[in-house]
Amino acid sequence: MRDLELAQDCVQEAFVEALEHWAADGPPPNPAGWIVLTARRRAIDRLRRAVDDTRRAERLAQAARLEEQITSTPAGDPGPAPDPDLGDERLGLIFATCHPSLAAEVRVGLTLQAVGGLRTAEIARSFLVTEAAMAQRLVRAKRKIRATGITFAVPAPGRLPERLRSVLDTLYLIFTEGHAATAGPDLVRAELCGEAIRLARLTARLLPDEPEPTALLALMLLLHARRAVLLADQDRARWDPAMLDEGLRLVMAAGRRAERPGLHLLQAAIAAEHARAQAAADTDWERVLALYDRLARVANSPVVDLNRAVAVAEVRGPAAGLEAVDRLATELGAFHHFHATRADLLRRLGRAEEARVAYRRALDMTDNAAERAFLLRRSADLSHGAPAHPRDSA
Amino acid sequence: MKFVLTLYADEAGFADAPPEALQQTLAAFDAFNREAAQAGVLLAGEGLAPSHTATAVAVRDGERLLTDGPFSETKEVLGGFYVVDVGGLDDAIEWAAKLPTVHFGRVEIRPVMGYEGVDRGGLDAS
Repeated sequence: MRDLELAQDCVQEAFVEALEHWAADGPPPNPAGWIVLTARRRAIDRLRRAVDDTRRAERLAQAARLEEQITSTPAGDPGPAPDPDLGDERLGLIFATCHPSLAAEVRVGLTLQAVGGLRTAEIARSFLVTEAAMAQRLVRAKRKIRATGITFAVPAPGRLPERLRSVLDTLYLIFTEGHAATAGPDLVRAELCGEAIRLARLTARLLPDEPEPTALLALMLLLHARRAVLLADQDRARWDPAMLDEGLRLVMAAGRRAERPGLHLLQAAIAAEHARAQAAADTDWERVLALYDRLARVANSPVVDLNRAVAVAEVRGPAAGLEAVDRLATELGAFHHFHATRADLLRRLGRAEEARVAYRRALDMTDNAAERAFLLRRSADLSHGAPAHPRDSA
Repeated sequence: MKFVLTLYADEAGFADAPPEALQQTLAAFDAFNREAAQAGVLLAGEGLAPSHTATAVAVRDGERLLTDGPFSETKEVLGGFYVVDVGGLDDAIEWAAKLPTVHFGRVEIRPVMGYEGVDRGGLDAS
């Protein structure tokens, strides 16, 4: 059935029916099978009764197929319990809700609702839009899926890389949205990280031969274990050990399976280097820089280049780092991290006044409470004489 | 499912292009037409004369208004269309991606509205 909206409505109705009947008679021996059977019957009714004549032939054909699924099982028997994993079907659903013909924010909302099971109101709050706006976005998305015949299936091998990219991009978007919110007081938005991790875990489990979904899961776990902003100032004792542990294991597992490291594997490997270090000063920055060199080639992103510049500073000194950062001025001039990074390097080079200006510019560009606190602290430190950086020679 | 593929490109590109490039583009359209017809997906398709030959018609307050040229003053203009019958969007995308237009312009894919069971007058010929 290609109609997600109809499917969701019918399952909803089946659950309502279940509540009515089972309260009195108790649940049947195969509750899941009963729900599926009931939902199918509802769908057949709806398809046949549709007054709207558009696509009448198609609707009747769909009804006939559903009818066949029912009659092919013995009378009275709802059929074998559906595979609780519903692996292929859930995977097909994810590929549909993440179809690249849908806009990024549409894929995000639809995936959270249809795959994640979040309610429209929750999703709307997470992305700071009204419930009505999100509801409309979701309805339109489902209509587009129905109108264009997007299939709920794992794409053919030739199309898989492109379609998988769209799935991973969507999941990563959900995660970064939640991650950005983690430092603030809004717990609903921070919950997006948990949801993204759940969805990534599901995708990785359903596509065990693909290294990138596992690598993305590893990356999310390693980042979420830290749950905060800049690296050197975090209390490593507070990092979530179970998440770190799993993240590190998965990076190795994905690394073994990958012929050529993909985007998420490289990102995860970098996060793993940071996670492995007992203290910030112990980080294997040479390795991190080597990974960033490869990531920069694959990612083609100025933010990646910025992070690489930080690694350059650690390996070759702040002057070299500053040179790399300044090359990104045109692209990242409006990004607070750019100015924060510049400020830090200027501070290490003893250029306090310029550093102060750069911290000021970074502060002007961010509302995030934790980040502001950090920047203000660093800026204040300038007045008391710059604290020595572990690697800078006097 | 029926889809209409509408082809958009900047006509200035054609004016400046060397003759070999134009030949290549025409050959690519030829190849597409043959492949699509052979696969049984091609229902219709035409290349349109340049946009300056267009006339736009509107009737407002009972008055018929004619405009010289396309109604929309965009850089990328409609240059042609195809009507195809394929399994779904993914198939339509595969076919659209074979058109030379995707390299210098873009192709829009839209599903045709289903009207089965509705009498559309003379619209449904065969």
